[in-house]
Amino acid sequence: MASYNLNINGKAMSVEADSDTPMLWVLRDHLNLVGTKFGCGIAQCGACTIHVNGVATRSCQLQVASVGNNKITTIEGLSKDGNHPLQKAWEEIDVAQCGYCQAGQIMAAASLLKTKPKPTDADIDAAMNNICRCGTHYRIRKAIHLAAEKGVVTK
Amino acid sequence: MIDQSTSRRNFVKITSIAGGGMLVGFNMISDSALGSAADAVFEPNAYVSINSKGVVTLMSPNPEIGQGVKTALPMILAEELEVKWDAVEVEMAPLDQKKYGSQIAGGSGAVKQRYMPIRTAGATAKTMLVTAAAQQWGVPAEECYAENATVIHKPSKRKLSYGDLAAKAAALPVPTDVKLKDPKDFKIIGTRVPNIDNHKIVTGQPLYGIDTRREGMLYAAVARPPAFGKVLKSFDDTEARKVTGVKNVVRAGTVVAVLATSTWAAKKGKLALKVEWEDKGKLESTTDHNAAFAEMLSKTPERAGRNDGDVEAALKDSNNKIIEAIYETPALSHANMEPLNFFADVKGDKAELYGPTQVPGSLRTSVARALNIPEANVTLAMPRQGGGFGRKLQPDNGVECALISQAAKVPVQMLWAREDDMQGDFYRPASMFKYRAAIGPNNELLAWHLNAGVLAGPTGGRAAAPDAFPAASIANFRVDNQAQTSNIQYGPWRAPTANSVAFADESFIDEVAHQMKKDPVALRLELIEKGKNQPIGKALSYDPVKYKSVIDLVTQMSGWGKTNKPNVFQGFAAHYSFSTYAAHVAEVTKMPDGQLRVTKVYSAINCGKVVNQSGAENQVEGAIVDGLSHALFSKVTFDKGAVEQTNFHTYRFMRMKDAPIEVIVKFVPSEDAPTGLGEPGLPPIAPAVGNAIFAATGKRYRKLPFELG
Repeated sequence: MASYNLNINGKAMSVEADSDTPMLWVLRDHLNLVGTKFGCGIAQCGACTIHVNGVATRSCQLQVASVGNNKITTIEGLSKDGNHPLQKAWEEIDVAQCGYCQAGQIMAAASLLKTKPKPTDADIDAAMNNICRCGTHYRIRKAIHLAAEKGVVTK
Repeated sequence: MIDQSTSRRNFVKITSIAGGGMLVGFNMISDSALGSAADAVFEPNAYVSINSKGVVTLMSPNPEIGQGVKTALPMILAEELEVKWDAVEVEMAPLDQKKYGSQIAGGSGAVKQRYMPIRTAGATAKTMLVTAAAQQWGVPAEECYAENATVIHKPSKRKLSYGDLAAKAAALPVPTDVKLKDPKDFKIIGTRVPNIDNHKIVTGQPLYGIDTRREGMLYAAVARPPAFGKVLKSFDDTEARKVTGVKNVVRAGTVVAVLATSTWAAKKGKLALKVEWEDKGKLESTTDHNAAFAEMLSKTPERAGRNDGDVEAALKDSNNKIIEAIYETPALSHANMEPLNFFADVKGDKAELYGPTQVPGSLRTSVARALNIPEANVTLAMPRQGGGFGRKLQPDNGVECALISQAAKVPVQMLWAREDDMQGDFYRPASMFKYRAAIGPNNELLAWHLNAGVLAGPTGGRAAAPDAFPAASIANFRVDNQAQTSNIQYGPWRAPTANSVAFADESFIDEVAHQMKKDPVALRLELIEKGKNQPIGKALSYDPVKYKSVIDLVTQMSGWGKTNKPNVFQGFAAHYSFSTYAAHVAEVTKMPDGQLRVTKVYSAINCGKVVNQSGAENQVEGAIVDGLSHALFSKVTFDKGAVEQTNFHTYRFMRMKDAPIEVIVKFVPSEDAPTGLGEPGLPPIAPAVGNAIFAATGKRYRKLPFELG
């Protein structure tokens, strides 16, 4: 066990954890930030997607010891009050069915919009490789286009 | 007077704790505990509660697994109760089948089953509130009406809110004969209402079983048998107990659980366990299953599932053209995104359970039996669930967790790793379908024989519904069902039976149409017409008018037979299942790189009255993508009892780059009572795509998954 000082959602947080503990479990079990979800544990499904310095990263493969001073953002910290254009678009398009993968999907899409504010269908195809078992792909695509149309807020 | 037993409210208390997570507990609060008479809660039935502050709470009784019932069922209630959708609270009801009747998520049945009872419940509450207002004003109830949680006296325009009337209404007798609204006056049913939990979902709030956090709770990882046919022999937990954070290791039934202060510590403890498994049954492999299928289908069983005319005579007649084909569908895993988990706190002869299940009633019974405690001592409530698809029609997750809690004497959250989930499933069984058809000299479909086989557990199984389309439309028609016994666990998987046989039937009929040089849709319409006007043998199992309604709508939507988009090829398929009619046209595009992609799907559905337009479209869009994903990529195979696809790197799902760019869903307008929608959209997509691929390439894919590359 070691102590780690982390920068999560703009706040300094400290945890005691084994160095090899994936950020997924640090967030969920140590810090009670349960919006980041476990799906496969091998970086395939993307349910655990968070941002490291704004870039979509699968937290099940990110060991706590390697995080250092990098800025971690989770779904809980993506916006104040859930008003990120993607979160609003997800509600407007009514994307979710079971909803379990959607936090990861939104984090992946938020990372995409940072580099491509007006993504094409091909951009979305290339960037969005998370699994949705319910098959909401069509609505996810529509919601990303809608959010892009309405513009990304700067926090 | 209101029955005391229903004036109590058994509800789940969910309290946020710092940083997220949730505490779940059960409270029994009686009227007296809620305060004075003025604060009385009006609860004319299990679904509605209105307090004196005017807070209207609607209870959603069936498990929410992503099929949208937590939104749709309260919509039905709000409609008859005359409240605005935005002004109600919706709560997931705990398990209480005395109050709610059967609380399950399965068979696409929730909306179908609850439609009339919930409408009646809403209308009953409204009637009592109107009566209370009329009595207060001393006017005839007929002069009053309800609107937006308010009762209005028409002549004098006086108003009383539901909150003002709650106490008085609570003292009235519950009427037994209430009038329901005329559907033409519906304001909520049939509209687009977003998922009730949307905001919580997009902000990552704790909603799911896996998010449960309780005082003193330990996280459990479970060592489970690595293959069907193997059982636990012994284990050595010396090294596991040395892992930091590991608090206990227990044997619970047939598995070994490692309990720790975090999921990661539990996982490391599990890896440090030394477990010995022993062979107790046959270790089966898919190659054995396939060989056995071929052998089984080389024979026709004596007793047919349906047998009209004489198929053998028609198939032997040298004047007829014979078409033969074998179709194969693999075993599939449910692979819910939320891996199986449960929370249990067993103390002495009492157990508190919270977690994902499609069958809370059966889960509670199973837990009570496994723990050997009275069923009345088991409480159970359900969170929102990260998928269902039939997996949680089995109560094993709740039972396993309860046994672990009982053995370890602590509150436990049990979580399966994805690998446990893949190996511990109750799979969609593999099937094989052997077809023979005879076309007569006048280009007439004279005979159809399906000899179908399915893998099955001890309770048997059925590969095909013998009376489904095109039964009753062909003079010589036979369906045989055979089952191959296997010690691998099988269970319902979204649209059981239909999900396999629709691929085979609807692809083979496309083959037959091409051999007859007929348009595949035209052939189906001819057969439906025959079945309607001159049915052969037993009566039809479907309504030909409704079946035709979806075919007509989807061909119109898609411009069937008239499209001339370059490099785009269409395929058609339809299927009737779970009381609902579905027809799809899939468009396959030859992409510039030569690959095939399903770019667009049109779908027409007849499911009676649509309750939630947005939720209903979402179910069908999802069923199409789900069915397509499995048709293109997914299969489970066994090697000596072990699943070869251990996680999502080999059990493949659709990514955005393979998903249709557009999915267009329309419903046939209907005033009939609603039927199911969770499953029926899935079965016809695989054959629609297979038929489109044939149109594009001339190659017939008879085996799932297509694995196009």
